[in-house]
Amino acid sequence: MALLEIQGVYKQFGGLKALAGVGLEVEQGRAHAVIGPNGAGKSTLFNCINCIYRADRGTIRFKGKDITGLAPHKMPRIGIARTFQNVELFRNATVLNNILLGRYLHKRTNLVSEALFLPSVKKQELEARRKVEEIMDLLDLQAYRERMVAQLPFGIQKSVELARALALEPELLLLDEPSSGLNPEEKQDLCFWIEDIKEELGITILLVEHDMRVVTEVAERTTALDFGSVIADGTTEEVQRHPDVIRAFLGEED
Amino acid sequence: MRFKLKKTYMEDIKLFPDKIDMAWYGLLLIILSIFPLVAGHYWIYNLTLSGIYCIVALGLNILTGFTGQISLGHAAFFAIGAYSVGYLTTTLGWSYWIALPLAGISAAASGLVVAVPALRLSGLYLAIATMGFGFIMEQVIVQWKSVTGGANGLLINRPSISSWSLSSDGAYYYLVIVMVAVFVLLTKNLTRSPAGRAFVAVRDSEVAAQTMGIPLARVKVQAFAISAFYTGIAGGLFAPLINFIGPDNFTIAESINFIVMIIVGGLGSIHGSIFGAVFITLLSEFIRVSKDFIPAFLREQVGFQTAVYGLVLMQFILFEPMGIYGRWLKLKYLFQVFPLYRKDTFRRVRRFQRSERTR
Repeated sequence: MALLEIQGVYKQFGGLKALAGVGLEVEQGRAHAVIGPNGAGKSTLFNCINCIYRADRGTIRFKGKDITGLAPHKMPRIGIARTFQNVELFRNATVLNNILLGRYLHKRTNLVSEALFLPSVKKQELEARRKVEEIMDLLDLQAYRERMVAQLPFGIQKSVELARALALEPELLLLDEPSSGLNPEEKQDLCFWIEDIKEELGITILLVEHDMRVVTEVAERTTALDFGSVIADGTTEEVQRHPDVIRAFLGEED
Repeated sequence: MRFKLKKTYMEDIKLFPDKIDMAWYGLLLIILSIFPLVAGHYWIYNLTLSGIYCIVALGLNILTGFTGQISLGHAAFFAIGAYSVGYLTTTLGWSYWIALPLAGISAAASGLVVAVPALRLSGLYLAIATMGFGFIMEQVIVQWKSVTGGANGLLINRPSISSWSLSSDGAYYYLVIVMVAVFVLLTKNLTRSPAGRAFVAVRDSEVAAQTMGIPLARVKVQAFAISAFYTGIAGGLFAPLINFIGPDNFTIAESINFIVMIIVGGLGSIHGSIFGAVFITLLSEFIRVSKDFIPAFLREQVGFQTAVYGLVLMQFILFEPMGIYGRWLKLKYLFQVFPLYRKDTFRRVRRFQRSERTR
């Protein structure tokens, strides 16, 4: 059984059909890319999976359970984390605090014990910190620990966002254009990290991506969207050679 | 020059970063505790009042500074605290030590009531809604005569601990200082635990907070309730200090006063709350004293004091958006790097307060 199953999802904004019956399956432990030209409905699909939008029709199943239309804040709890195309960080907090917020989900203490800072809270804080440091080591963020996010270059902000998503310890990680705005070296780093996240942490990855080099390097399977429907689905190589995909991206040859 | 090498994760959690800081706070504590022995009644009273406003400012900062929800109705929570204590001790004859926590709890409960409709509002609309709550409370105080005494007000005696009466200004001062210390500690604990981080998360990005699994509605309601609790306790301390409370003590001007405190002191900082509360309380005294030296046509104007507050607020927003706390940080930095600072280190950078206009 696939980890994430999407069947016949429709989403309409006024007269615009953003998604017209999209279906795809993401296998456990894979990196799955969604590609498509601008306006193909990739981000809408992401927002539907993440329940920021509610799909008009169709079902989204995660681990066999229907998650269509849940509250967005329940997503991390069932094991889905995401990053945004244009980073959504807590700008007036340090890198450390941003990533620590990823551990909010795993807290076991209540408000009163936190106000009194009981030993249990202290222990939990130290545990969270250890976990955060592990993630910082993985993504090379140690140098920026105490820096305010707003002052950091865009590439680093993207890493911080990835780190924060990892701190949630998700089973499925949704990456919305992880390489946009990165320079070639940062893109290379990103490819390694995605590989590491998949292999070492065992997290399944679904990514929307425009950079074909990144897609070829990290994704085993790819789904191509155009005008809100799937035009090709299969291994990355197959999809890249698919005539419909080439037509959608490069236009008709005449 | 001072350079700190951190060796354990504990050092980021500790109350005092190092021994030098601890020594400074110890010194402050000593100064505060010998203060009533050397100072006159006038100054003791003013410092006690500052202490009470410190608790309000801490509470309001949790709501506005940390969680980003503005409130122009905090005088109402202050009133609920004050009248709870007044009604329970004077009319019902209960012990002050039971009435004070109840004052906080009843304010927190009304905070919950205000928070639920407020969840759907933000920015200017939230300001208007909370202001409306403030006005409603003013009317309730005037009309609900059996509890509040209406426009005649309510007399409240100072409490005692068994046979030791706190009726002298000095003794009451110690009670307030202890309470301030307790609330500073509570606030500090909140800010270094997941709860405080969730507040900041809701302020900075609601979308991102949701993707971190933070329930927005619950966190906002929590912030409202905590803030109201602080303010209610402060109200409960305020009533016995001035002995007599009436509707005039809890007007919209008082709410604005609280907002000015945290903006001038520094939004989203504990130090800032304290600086702001002390500064504004002493400023109003300063205005009162300096009236003798101001030409008559100015000092007899209605709302002269409010105008000065407005001027101070404007200057801070324009020139030091981080408030007195921002200045304080810069001063500390200057001493830390001395003599290696550069001229441009402290050059003013154009930045604006995070508000509606930056969204």
